[in-house]
Parts: sequence; structure tokens; C-alpha cells
Amino acid sequence: MSIQNKVIAIIAEQAVLEPSDVTLDSTLEDLGIDSLGLVESIFSIEEEFDISIPFNANNPSDSDFDISNVASIIVGIQKLMADPT
Amino acid sequence: MKRVVVTGAGTINALGHCVPATLKAMREGQCGIGALDFRDVDRLTIRIGGQVHGFEAEGRFNRQQMSLYDRFTQFTLIAAKEAIAQSGLTFSGDLSVRSGVVLGTAAGGVSTWDDNYRSVYEDGKNRVHPFVVPKLMNNAATSHISMEYNLKGPTFTVSTACASSNHAMAQAFAMVRSGMAPVMVTGGSESMLCFGGIKAWEGLRVMSKDACRPFSANRNGMVQGEGAGVFVFEDFDHARARGAEILCEVIGFAMSSDAADIVMPSKQGAARAISGALNDAQINPDEVGYINAHGTGTTANDKTECAAVADVFGPHADNLMISSTKSMHGHLIGGTGAVELLACIMALRDGVIAPTIGYEEPDPECALDVVPNEARDANVTVALSNAFAFGGLNAVLTLRKI
Repeated sequence: MSIQNKVIAIIAEQAVLEPSDVTLDSTLEDLGIDSLGLVESIFSIEEEFDISIPFNANNPSDSDFDISNVASIIVGIQKLMADPT
Repeated sequence: MKRVVVTGAGTINALGHCVPATLKAMREGQCGIGALDFRDVDRLTIRIGGQVHGFEAEGRFNRQQMSLYDRFTQFTLIAAKEAIAQSGLTFSGDLSVRSGVVLGTAAGGVSTWDDNYRSVYEDGKNRVHPFVVPKLMNNAATSHISMEYNLKGPTFTVSTACASSNHAMAQAFAMVRSGMAPVMVTGGSESMLCFGGIKAWEGLRVMSKDACRPFSANRNGMVQGEGAGVFVFEDFDHARARGAEILCEVIGFAMSSDAADIVMPSKQGAARAISGALNDAQINPDEVGYINAHGTGTTANDKTECAAVADVFGPHADNLMISSTKSMHGHLIGGTGAVELLACIMALRDGVIAPTIGYEEPDPECALDVVPNEARDANVTVALSNAFAFGGLNAVLTLRKI
């Protein structure tokens, strides 16, 4: 499965939706994922891709990891996989 | 209804190993938060905390006691010794039978769980020490105080996460006020600063990697502390009859539940607890001069707490002082309200308001007088102590100068 499909599967599961309902421009808010769901999604992504995502729930927008939509999350994962430091 | 006064106080925490040392550190705005030092800390991403240093259990407890006392129990017994010594009470006869202990802890013997899980999972051992259960249980500290001081009345442990100590002290207050018990030993303790304890918190992504900066616009999370605070709550007439030194009076409390979210705080729930604590004490909002805030340094708590205070106090919110001493001793979770009660006693008895240290940038969503960075002299008659826990459980105490 591609990174994109894996991420969509994780987010769809969190949102209790079908993967076909999750698009690249969906925001987590659109999908009904709240702050706890967000932290859980980040955890699932870290486990799936064996990466560490710099994310602090106190200031999500300050982190280097852009969570504004599904596409930006995928880009962030690709960056971290290319350069895990 | 009896009047209830505090006739003894004891503590051990990152700021000091007794009450005078802790109050001195609060007056001086010292920071007790630093690099954590325990096994496997290099596998954590969060490596700071308000750890108690320079504390050797070996010199204070014998071998048999050490095998029964988790670190949270050790802290509790040290704080209880100071508090009960200050009160001058000895418990025998009717006083012993009717007086009890109510303490708060969120997690009890975390390091006992941690050490023994490591032993059976990681080291592959098949046998654990026979006292693992009586050492880790949440009521262990409470029971050891009861045994040590012959307290035979109502005795139990309250566990409501970060509000545990405030719930415990509110319960103890209610028991003395109602006449059910002449004296209650109360407060709380916590000791989660071990690999498993911090690893669990890390998962939630609300911890700061660098500092606890409550109410500051650049705050980025909470920092854990450890330790205990223990108090003697006594019927005022009983205390006066024996000429006891009185630290302050406890005049009211309220508890509420947000009934909303397991981690996100609610302004309404907090406001109901604060206004309830004023009503229970039968005082007007403008009599309150100081609030010891829950003030965790998370984005969510601090703005919600300030909004709740603004709602309850209206224009008077701008006149009162509100500080978070967690910036200095860290968040003691189930023990936090107990250590923070010391800041209320200092405000009422000594006229010194403990500061919120680490304050760097004003936040328009926390636009109250948070006593930034330096302690202040002020004459305060009534103080509140706030605690708002995960699970949406809130408990606020009202105290008065005497």
C-alpha cells in the first residue's frame, strides 16, 4: 500500500468513515476528528511508518509537521521518512 | 456546624523538604524544575520535571519499612510527620477513635508497578517481592499514616486525577465541619517520575520539553512534579481549647463535574466549582484577594480557567491576584492541590503572594493579574485554591485569614 493509502486508511478508521470518503484536501476537522482523535492519529502514523512526529497538542500550528489537511500530512511523513532526524 | 482550622502543615516537594523551605523558595520565585534523573530517562522525549532531590529514604526508614513504602508513601509520611508535629496533637482515647485520614493520589505506587513490570517482563523473572500489592495500592500512604499516628476514624483515599488532593481536603473539611470528626489529617501525594510514569504522559503530547510557563502566551505544556502535602484540619473550638497555633481557616468548598470531555476542560464546570465554593463559604466574590490557580501551563487549561474566573468575579477579576505555583514545583497531579494550599496559607498568614514564574509574554486570553515572576506583599483575607482534573472533575477550596 502506498503512503497515501496507508494514511487515508488510518484517518478513515479514526473518523469512522470509509477510505473513499477521505480525500487529499479533507481537513481533520471536516472529518470530525477532535483533539484526542488527532493525537491518536499521530500515534498510529508514527507506529505505521516508524517515525517520530514533532507534535505538541498545546500548539499544533507551531510544529514543523503540517496537519492542515490529508495532503500536508502525507508530505510531512515523506519528509520525516527521508530525513528521520 | 463547626468552624474548621488548619493547625499543622507538612510537605516535601521539588522546592523543599519541609514547609519553611518550600515557602522560602516560593517567596524567592525559585524554580524546582530541572533535568530528570532516573533509569532509562534517555528513552524519553520529556526529560524535565520537578523531582525531589537530596532525599535518601535509607536514612529515614528502616529496612522493613522500605520494603513496604513506595516513594509516594515515603513522601506522605515525611509530610505527615511535619504537619502532626506542628499541630502538637497526639491521638489517644476518643480523639483517636473519631479522627481519621483522607488523602488524594492519582496513581499511588507507580514506581512499584514500574519496577516490578520491568522485573517480570524485561528481566524475565517469575517471582516478585511479597509486598508488591500493599506497597503499590492507592490507599497505602493513607493507611500508614493511620497506623503511625493511631488515627482510627474515617480513613480512605480519593483518586480524581489532578483534583485528588482538593477533593480529599474538601471531604476532610466537610467531616470536621459536620462534627463527624474533631481532627482529620488530609492532603495528598504523588510520585510518577519514573520511566513508565513519564512515558504514559508523553503519549498525550501535552508536556513541555523546556519549562512550565502558566498564562504566558508562549506556554507549551505542563511539567510534572512529585512530592506530598499533608495538613491537620481541626475543629476550631478543639484547637482553641488547647491553645494550638492556627495557620488559617477553611471556610468552604465546592465540587462539580463537567460531564463533557475526558481531557478538555470546561469553563462552565470550573465556574460552577468556583462560585459554589464562594456560596458555601457565604462570602461575596469581592472578598477574594488571591486564587491559587490550577494553572497547568497547557493552552487549554489556562485560557479556560481565566475565562471561568472572569465569569464568576466580573469586574473584580481584575482586582484579585491569581498565580500558578506549578511553574516552580511542577504539577504534582494527585498531590498538587496539597502543595498549592501552602501558597494560600502563605498569602493569608504571611501576606506574601507566590508568583507565577517563567512568565514571558502576555496572553490576551489570560488577561488577569498572574503575579508574574516576583512574589508580592499583599494583605489578603480570603483565598481560593482551584483544581480541575482530567475527567472533568473540579474541586475548589475557600480559605480565610484568622
